Amino acid sequence: MARKDPRPEVNRRKFLAGVAVAGAATAVTPPVANGATPATLPNAEPPRRPSALPPNMHVAAAETATPKELPRIGGVAGSDFMVDVIKTLDIKYCPSNCASSFRAIHESLINYGGNKMPEFLTCTHEESAVGMAHGYFKIAGKPLISLCHGTVGLQHATMAVYNAWCDRVPVIVIGGNDLDAAHRPPGVPTFHSAQDINAIVRDYTKWDDTPVGLQHFAQSFVRAYKISMTPPYGPVAISLDAGLQQEPIKGNGEKLQIPRYVASSPPQGDTGAVKEAARLLANAQNPIIVADRAARTENGVRLLVQLAELLQAGVIDQGGRMNFPKTHYLSRPATAVSNADVVLGLELSDFWAVVNAYTDNGEHGIGVNSTRVKPDTKLISINSSELLTKANYQDFQRFQTVDVSMPADAESTLPALIEAVRSAIPNDRKAAIEKRGEAAKKAFAEARERTKQAAALAWDASPISTARLVMETFAQIKGLDWSLVASSGNVSNWPNRLWPMEKHYHWLGASGGYGVGYGAPASVGAALANRDLGRFSVSIQSDGDLMYAPGVLWTAAKHKIPLLAVMHNNRGYHQEVMHVQRLSNFRNRVASLGGDMGPIGTSIENPDIEYHKLAESMGWWAKGPIKDPDQLGAVIKEAVAVVKSGQPALVNVWTQPR
Amino acid sequence: MRFVPVSGLAALAAGLVLGCGGALAASAEKGKTAFVQHGCWQCHGFQGQGGVTGPKLAPEPLPLETFTAFVRTSNRTMPPYMEAILSNEDLADIHAYLETLPKAPDPKSIPLLNQ
Repeated sequence: MARKDPRPEVNRRKFLAGVAVAGAATAVTPPVANGATPATLPNAEPPRRPSALPPNMHVAAAETATPKELPRIGGVAGSDFMVDVIKTLDIKYCPSNCASSFRAIHESLINYGGNKMPEFLTCTHEESAVGMAHGYFKIAGKPLISLCHGTVGLQHATMAVYNAWCDRVPVIVIGGNDLDAAHRPPGVPTFHSAQDINAIVRDYTKWDDTPVGLQHFAQSFVRAYKISMTPPYGPVAISLDAGLQQEPIKGNGEKLQIPRYVASSPPQGDTGAVKEAARLLANAQNPIIVADRAARTENGVRLLVQLAELLQAGVIDQGGRMNFPKTHYLSRPATAVSNADVVLGLELSDFWAVVNAYTDNGEHGIGVNSTRVKPDTKLISINSSELLTKANYQDFQRFQTVDVSMPADAESTLPALIEAVRSAIPNDRKAAIEKRGEAAKKAFAEARERTKQAAALAWDASPISTARLVMETFAQIKGLDWSLVASSGNVSNWPNRLWPMEKHYHWLGASGGYGVGYGAPASVGAALANRDLGRFSVSIQSDGDLMYAPGVLWTAAKHKIPLLAVMHNNRGYHQEVMHVQRLSNFRNRVASLGGDMGPIGTSIENPDIEYHKLAESMGWWAKGPIKDPDQLGAVIKEAVAVVKSGQPALVNVWTQPR
Repeated sequence: MRFVPVSGLAALAAGLVLGCGGALAASAEKGKTAFVQHGCWQCHGFQGQGGVTGPKLAPEPLPLETFTAFVRTSNRTMPPYMEAILSNEDLADIHAYLETLPKAPDPKSIPLLNQ
């Protein structure tokens, strides 16, 4: 696009033509101005041509003569200015898979920018790159940029972008694209160009732009950063024209400026709605708080504890983030909602499913809905996602009517709500509230014992039980400043049930969009952020998740990102194992196993994947497969020592299905 | 219908348990195979220990009559297994297998659960 202006002093196309002349040796047809087809007589036969032509003088000279020193691109590169813009925003890393459509900004980042702030991280797949940025943010609280090749690279990245969208995580995706059809290189680069590459991700990004000038880029980039970092957070996309990157800054008298970034304040709940919510909560007999992505920061955890203790209200932490300490006596299971008379939902991705159940076991294959709550239960919602709903993708879930609806950021609204509740609690309710707390302590202790009893089942089994897996792991890291950066697959939620999660970074939540393949890259990205903070990163890594894009293991080794990955290797896509079995039952047919454990097409066995060897081949310390529970602790201990030395380590463990 | 529980390794060794009506000879060994072939392990684990996807089945499974009734008519998360795809004999064998599974250790005796 930027190439439409003639540039007499330095002509990039002539420069490239000099390089390409030998390769173009067969292009002997006389040039046609503007690509127009030459006129021919209606009945004239086309001239016959020999099947091969000898080189003309010009081509022969180009092939045999000593090349003349070619002119270089003069002036300041446009992509250098882009790097200047990026550097104003304190972006630390740029996980990317290299590509020609952004070669100019790539070159500027590593040479002009010194490969610092941001540092280019070599990734082997765009899905891994964006997944790393996703995980990184959940520890660092700062977004990363990821460069993607126009069309195909961005297509690779899309699932990770969707996960970030659903998980309310900012990632700045920059897609290289060569817009100028008349001048871009033909062939592959043209296959990889599009009118509007952002269209691929527009349904699940907060904003996107295609800057056509450098000043435009500066505005777009700062705006993109600002939009992505305003709650509700979300990914943004910038299509970056190859011509704009490559060509020098025009000397047309315009002075380029970089807009100053000023963070937007998060949207808070309306004062009247906050007051009404407080009235309902203060007068409730049994209020329950349900939190999904409520705590964006450690302060969010502190505020939620404050509100819960003020009301002595149970808190159901759905785990989108670490919202509430698992060791707190007000921590309650999901079933606690059944006795509530007031439910406060904080940043819920699915309020309907909090108060309703769907059983996939109805007649004719249609599931059955039922309520989980009493008929008169009052529902309050504080949810910034209402400010960011699009039409196509259905991440907004079923519609749920609520009594008080606040489209606002929960963490920012909590201080006002706490004060309003404090004012609204009648004096004659205070004793009852205190009594509620005593009952909660008893219920918490009893639930804790039941959890341990459940964990003890199949404790010595082989394959190893998921409870044993997570507790053998915890035994080796409990003395460290640990962070469970991902728990892919499903280990019956044991870490959240048994580990003393209290800090915001103890648990990062899941993928958001349930796009499998998030766990490995997100854990590497989060481990990168934890490395810089001196924390120990551990992940429960499932087999199916790892196989989507295992190259991220190499990225971790390459960039010395310490991470302990303990595998939950149940040798199948277990959710689908159960789905196909379910359908077989519905249809009264025996599920065909084809020699595997699960229905055909759902198992990952025969042959078994040796994940430890896979990891080892990419520079990780690795051991496995561990099938005997009594051997597990010692191997994890070895792996912990490796990770503490600054390297990634993987333990391949054969596990029970869930 | 009468059910005589036989627990522990003795059941595996003998391979016999009285099943429905006392007419069927239930085999814990066959039941272990059937437990895998029919996909019970998928939601309940290889030892019937349960998890987020399904309740525990063992140790101390439901009485065979209750167990059978649930498997045949479940309107909860688990879709029913009809006799056409899971015979009474296999179901009795599975139950016999579940009967053999040992009790879990007391969680207080497991140091890792008391860290």
